[in-house]
Amino acid sequence: MGHGGGGALSAELMEQVFTPAYGNPTLAALTDSAVLDLGGARVAFSTDSYVVRPLFFPGGSLGDLAVNGTVNDLAMSGARPAYLSTAFVLEEGVDLAVVERVARAVGAAAERAGVTIATGDTKVVESGHGDGVYISTAGVGLVPDGVDIRPQRARPGDAVLVSGPIGLHGVAVMSVREGLEFGVEIASDTAPLADLVATMLEVTKDIHVLRDPTRGGLGASLNEIARASGTGVRLRERAIPVPDEVVNACGFLGLDPLYVANEGRLVAFVPPEHAEAVLAVMRAHPQGSGAALIGECVADHPGMVVVATGLGGTRVMDLPLGEQLPRIC
Amino acid sequence: MKYIDEFNDPGLARRLLDEIRATVTRPWALMEVCGGQTHSIIRHGIDQLLPQEVELIHGPGCPVCVTPLDVIDQALEIASRPDVIFCSFGDMLRVPGSDRDLFRVKGEGGDVRVVYSPLDALDLARRNPDRQVVFFAIGFETTAPANAMAVHQARRLGLENFSLLVSHVRVPPAIEAIMTAPSCRVQGFLAAGHVCSVMGTAEYPDLAEKHRVPLVVTGFEPLDILEGIRRAVHQLERGEHRVENAYPRAVQEQGNPAALRMIEEVFEVADRNWRGIGPIPASGWRLSDAFRAYDAEHRFGVTGIRTEEPAACRAGEVLQGLIKPTECEAFGTACTPRNPLGATMVSSEGACAAYYLYRRMTDGPAPQGSRIPQEEMNPVG
Repeated sequence: MGHGGGGALSAELMEQVFTPAYGNPTLAALTDSAVLDLGGARVAFSTDSYVVRPLFFPGGSLGDLAVNGTVNDLAMSGARPAYLSTAFVLEEGVDLAVVERVARAVGAAAERAGVTIATGDTKVVESGHGDGVYISTAGVGLVPDGVDIRPQRARPGDAVLVSGPIGLHGVAVMSVREGLEFGVEIASDTAPLADLVATMLEVTKDIHVLRDPTRGGLGASLNEIARASGTGVRLRERAIPVPDEVVNACGFLGLDPLYVANEGRLVAFVPPEHAEAVLAVMRAHPQGSGAALIGECVADHPGMVVVATGLGGTRVMDLPLGEQLPRIC
Repeated sequence: MKYIDEFNDPGLARRLLDEIRATVTRPWALMEVCGGQTHSIIRHGIDQLLPQEVELIHGPGCPVCVTPLDVIDQALEIASRPDVIFCSFGDMLRVPGSDRDLFRVKGEGGDVRVVYSPLDALDLARRNPDRQVVFFAIGFETTAPANAMAVHQARRLGLENFSLLVSHVRVPPAIEAIMTAPSCRVQGFLAAGHVCSVMGTAEYPDLAEKHRVPLVVTGFEPLDILEGIRRAVHQLERGEHRVENAYPRAVQEQGNPAALRMIEEVFEVADRNWRGIGPIPASGWRLSDAFRAYDAEHRFGVTGIRTEEPAACRAGEVLQGLIKPTECEAFGTACTPRNPLGATMVSSEGACAAYYLYRRMTDGPAPQGSRIPQEEMNPVG
């Protein structure tokens, strides 16, 4: 299971199994979406599978994730997402009303994100060989001229911005999956981010890196960017927006909010001269109203993320190994 | 969270640090007993902010780390059985046994489940009457009351398919063992607040007197830890050695009477083996005679397992505060969270894991006393 957690084990699986098997320069970039040259047009292309349990959770559902996840992967290369495909894998015996509810959520999320579900597929597996409903989505979108957004472009001096409070999605799913109640309802942040990205690109096309910190959280995403670009990242712990309810839940479970999944947040590396203006338009957008400057890219400690703690010490923020495990006491 | 923010306040932290600096006149070595405190210290960089004279030594208080290898092997054997649902807290799943861990057993088809409470395991037993449900009952005084409660409930409900694999340990005998070791350098203790919230402080005055060491009951937030250090240094500088409660919001002298009654009813004090340290007399609990039927070790006949630790692993010395994790030759090379030699590298409270996670820089661990510029402490954005 650790190999699917978005941490070091996931990266290892990619590097040791898939990259050698399919190896090509496009795949080697290991970005959330590939940017392809198709007859002169720059097309972003992405695919992902969604296996979340339970299918419905506070603030969203499997259907929302399946659309927003791929829309956001496309948006992280600066693309305007246009068309999606969906492939449903249904487990024999799953209630048809549940499938209908998931499908309606997919439709509503697509409408909200401004994308069209252009093609699809359905398979049924025997009872016991699935988990109710799995969805795979793929999507395409056009990348505007002059936009080149990928992890390798992070540069020392870049401002590191996050679009809002982190950790809400992971804690929302845990709160229903594990039967834990934290005294307040925590809703997932799942949302499409393409419009926010388009707004940011209106300030400058020279945004260096965008990433949506999903599984593995902010910690995994920033480590991937640091490693891909060979630069260091320095964060200020007190500047990172973590909602009180996420702090409480993570404190109870012994988890670090920096490694908890998000589904409606992005992290951006922006040249310092544009940072203030980009931050301003993010804050004026509904998906970025809680945006914050959380650190910068540095030449020191290349490939590593270091956090300045609230008290004035420092610590390394490493790539997590796999899923975080709740502690004993 | 306002309440937690109060215990992270940089202004108050600076004031406490200034006071510690003003008080200290010579080197002192303090041991924080609990692994949770170790992680808080390293995560917040507290050791970097202290004056050079104050050295923090990491203690044996990580329940996952001190669970003996033979008990882990027992757990692996029980968890592999097809009729068993084996329940554990999450952080036990990566702890290496002799040849694999619980994750591997799960991957091989064993029904291993992460639970948040032994009562969740009890509920599983109720809902699966045709399966044996075993809960891995490890930990210090903090987890013992809930584990005792689960067994108590199982008997009340007449559940015959529920049992505990018990490896409970107690803090005071460990402090005694550390202080009587010939190589001991510890001059004062930050006693684990959670343990004292259950047990109270009655066991500590004799230890403080016998070994002439200050024992300051300390919490887990950064300011709690700094306050514990401040009080311990204050006592040491004055030549005092008594028990002080620096965690009064959670700890009362008499502890938690209901929890103590539950422990007393279900468990009895027993000698225990500590991983990396060895046997310590009267340092743990086992199920008392009245509840022996709920002992998984006997139910599944997994007694008599004998094991050997990897020779390269110096976790025992780390747990006794004799070396820092980075002084172990295997640290970060032969031993990493991906391929751990000892439990201290995988546990969320393990000292080796704390150093690996938070201090591993390309140019070596951050030196004590290193600082970041003051302006970086100011919130931005």
